[in-house]
Amino acid sequence: MTFSPQLEAKLEKLINSYPAGRRKSALIPMLMFTQDEVGSVTPELVNEVAKRIGIPPVQVDEVVTYYSMLHKKPMGKYHVQVCTNISCLLWDADKLYEHACHKLGLGHKEVSPDGLISLEEVECMGACSWAPAVQVNYDFHHHVTAEKFDEIIEALKKTKTQ
Amino acid sequence: MADLVNLTINGVAIQAPAGTLLIDAAKKVGIEIPAFCYYEGYSLQAACRMCLVEVEKMPKLQTACTLPVGEGMVVRTESDPVVKARKTTLEFLLTNHPLDCPVCDKGGECELQDMVFRYGAGESRFTEMKHHVDEKQWSPVVFYDGPRCILCYRCVRVCNEGMGVGALGIVNRGVNSEIAPSHGDHLECDECGMCIDICPVGALTSGTYRYKTRPWEMKHVGTICTFCSNGCKTTLGVRDQQIVRGNNRDRSGINDEFLCVKGRYAFDFVESPERLTSPMMKVNGQLQEVSWAKALAAVAAKFSEVKGRGGKFGVVGSTKTTNEENFYLQKFVREGLGTNNIDHHRSGDLVTLIDALAGRENALASVGDVYNAKAALVIGTDLSQEHPLLAFQLRANYRHHNSNIYMVTKGPVREDAVAVAAVRAEAGQEIAALDQLREQLSKESELLVLFGGSVKGEAVRKLVAFADSLGIAKIKYICLVDYSNSRGALDMGLLPDLGPGYKPVDKAGLSLPQMMAATDLDVLWVVGANPLARYQLASKPFVVVQEMFLTETAKAADVVLPASNAYEKSGTVTNVTGEVQKLHVAGKTMGTKPDLEIIGLIAKEMKINAGVWSSNAVFEEIRKAVRGYNIPLPIIATGQAAQTSPLNGRVPVASAPELIQPAGNTLFTSGSLGRYSKKLTSVLEYPGQLYRP
Ligand code: SF4
Ligand code: SF4
Ligand code: SF4
Ligand code: FES
Ligand code: FES
Repeated sequence: MTFSPQLEAKLEKLINSYPAGRRKSALIPMLMFTQDEVGSVTPELVNEVAKRIGIPPVQVDEVVTYYSMLHKKPMGKYHVQVCTNISCLLWDADKLYEHACHKLGLGHKEVSPDGLISLEEVECMGACSWAPAVQVNYDFHHHVTAEKFDEIIEALKKTKTQ
Repeated sequence: MADLVNLTINGVAIQAPAGTLLIDAAKKVGIEIPAFCYYEGYSLQAACRMCLVEVEKMPKLQTACTLPVGEGMVVRTESDPVVKARKTTLEFLLTNHPLDCPVCDKGGECELQDMVFRYGAGESRFTEMKHHVDEKQWSPVVFYDGPRCILCYRCVRVCNEGMGVGALGIVNRGVNSEIAPSHGDHLECDECGMCIDICPVGALTSGTYRYKTRPWEMKHVGTICTFCSNGCKTTLGVRDQQIVRGNNRDRSGINDEFLCVKGRYAFDFVESPERLTSPMMKVNGQLQEVSWAKALAAVAAKFSEVKGRGGKFGVVGSTKTTNEENFYLQKFVREGLGTNNIDHHRSGDLVTLIDALAGRENALASVGDVYNAKAALVIGTDLSQEHPLLAFQLRANYRHHNSNIYMVTKGPVREDAVAVAAVRAEAGQEIAALDQLREQLSKESELLVLFGGSVKGEAVRKLVAFADSLGIAKIKYICLVDYSNSRGALDMGLLPDLGPGYKPVDKAGLSLPQMMAATDLDVLWVVGANPLARYQLASKPFVVVQEMFLTETAKAADVVLPASNAYEKSGTVTNVTGEVQKLHVAGKTMGTKPDLEIIGLIAKEMKINAGVWSSNAVFEEIRKAVRGYNIPLPIIATGQAAQTSPLNGRVPVASAPELIQPAGNTLFTSGSLGRYSKKLTSVLEYPGQLYRP
């Protein structure tokens, strides 16, 4: 499996920034970067990453299945992530997530039929100070209320008609 | 020796070497700290929190499995906070546990059950629905029942570290965490079952044993695996005359708790429907069942007749029969039939090694040395395929002692991963390649040399000369041979030119290939071997075969005598490192007889007195007659191994390297025997694919 020249260069730099024998530290960023290009963490990608850093594929799988930002199936163009961990939960994130499901007609890790939006209930994203937090791809949205959530979604939907 | 540290556990002042883990220090003085994830010999995990103890001046309870002892430490292992923490930990562990002990394989020998019984809470505060996932089959031998799993990582670590395979991982997080196999929905691995064995609960279960019995309904018979030369001790679980389990959970024996797929699962050849249970004789070209009396009479009549007219016998002994059987056989053949035409399938050139090392002391290594040697040089063998226990010990040596391992092999091998240097050399060219390692090797203070069957004849002498030239004070050797009693066959003198203890005979007889090529052979007597799988007979002798199965050789026989196997008889076997261990009877198969008895009955029928055929009596004779076998009986009687060393004077026989033919067994084969095990032949890796991640 090969990636675009830009990504290959990025990966090479990444791997070489760790001393020999500790290259497996590159695992998570490597998975993130390659997932962005491939679309999801496919079995081939798992094997490729395992080969490149010299660990058994099952150890890559351990990481892939642990972190909510890594997906084995392709998500929507806009991946909407609602945190329901403790800080956010204290700010009614459970209700926000319910609202999100309702608004989008999607459940956990489901993708809209047009492939535009997907939803996921995620673990803490490190945005606790601005709870409840929502992340769309790599963009954060803070202190999200139901109204604010709708606005975000409408804005996303508009990009399709443009 | 590390400095001693003073500490107090439960009011008792103790001393322990600095660096000792608290859990081990406590164990040494008889204080048990409960633990799940901690397992001696593997990396620390601190996952289960079962071992929490109170340490004065430390703010929180500490995990005894990761805390090294410290000077002046005051530890309490049974105080109120500890007891309460333990109860809570168990309450958590049982949150999603199905509590199906009444049907669980592990019930009765489960560590979780024991802990809950001793420390647990009878009530749970959790009222939520239990999280359930269905049981999965990962291979013919490994099953996983997720809800029973307590996520202790023992299986993951034993597979990674102990086996060097790395086929297991833990996927998902939180309540959804579970063990996952190497290939998504199935396992491709060594199929060793070490993960099942080490699992403290019934989460991993074995294909041969699951739902067959309760542990307390079995008889446990400690005996020796019959598949390869490494000589692992296996405790066979026998229920209603049927072997249902093989393990070495009590860690007795030279293999600690190690067993490979063959030792743990392949015992089912014993109850193969293809087992021969009645003697047979050829009538009009067809083998037909006859009584023992008739078969024995026919054999004795033929033997007497051929002996009487000075005809030619050829006798092929076994690499799997006991020392007593081998000794008795060669004695009867030499003294009773009056011939030295006796041989067996030789797989390593031990004879040349013994000659080359004549006069040295302590030059032959034991299995324990493979674990302790500071440096090891492995030549011409894929250890993980051919010698699973030695490979396991070598990996453990590297893990625990950071030993220097040097590999000289044809292709890449698993041990390369732990080697300081790996050199590639074609079979037969290994010695020439050694010079590449000379510089590194000469820096070692001691060396263990293991060499396979491709190093034979002059190459063995060159190897010894090379090692001597390194200037290392302590060098030990292991000449690798292939089968469970290959070593015993050599030591007992199943050789045309050497009798028991490598004593030369007056007039050398025919070697195995010579018997096969002889045009005037009158009788071919094969005891537990399958030479016709490798050779063709040039003449048409009367063929007598003692066998368990209708092998190529048995099919060609005039008389077939159904033999029992290592799991059905008593006696001793000698492993690859010369360690003698005792067999114990796990069960019997109707209609079969041990080879010792069969040979004895043939002698009796011929009116020849070859001595009583009880293994104890024959072993007494062996102790007197065979160099190195005068071992202390209590050692082997108590299930331990006693090392023999045949080193003494020179062995004045011509080297015949062409007679040495390594069997080339893999982790999943064992000559003709392995193919009769349904379990062994059903794994994906059979017959020989070694998993390389
Ligand atoms: S059976 Fe397979 S997964 Fe289990 S320890 Fe052995 S090699 Fe690893
Ligand atoms: S399967 Fe057994 S050994 Fe493996 S983590 Fe679960 S409980 Fe521990
Ligand atoms: S390593 Fe050899 S002796 Fe040990 S269990 Fe495997 S086949 Fe049997
Ligand atoms: S709990 Fe939601 S971002 Fe930390
Ligand atoms: S034994 Fe110490 S945490 Fe598991």
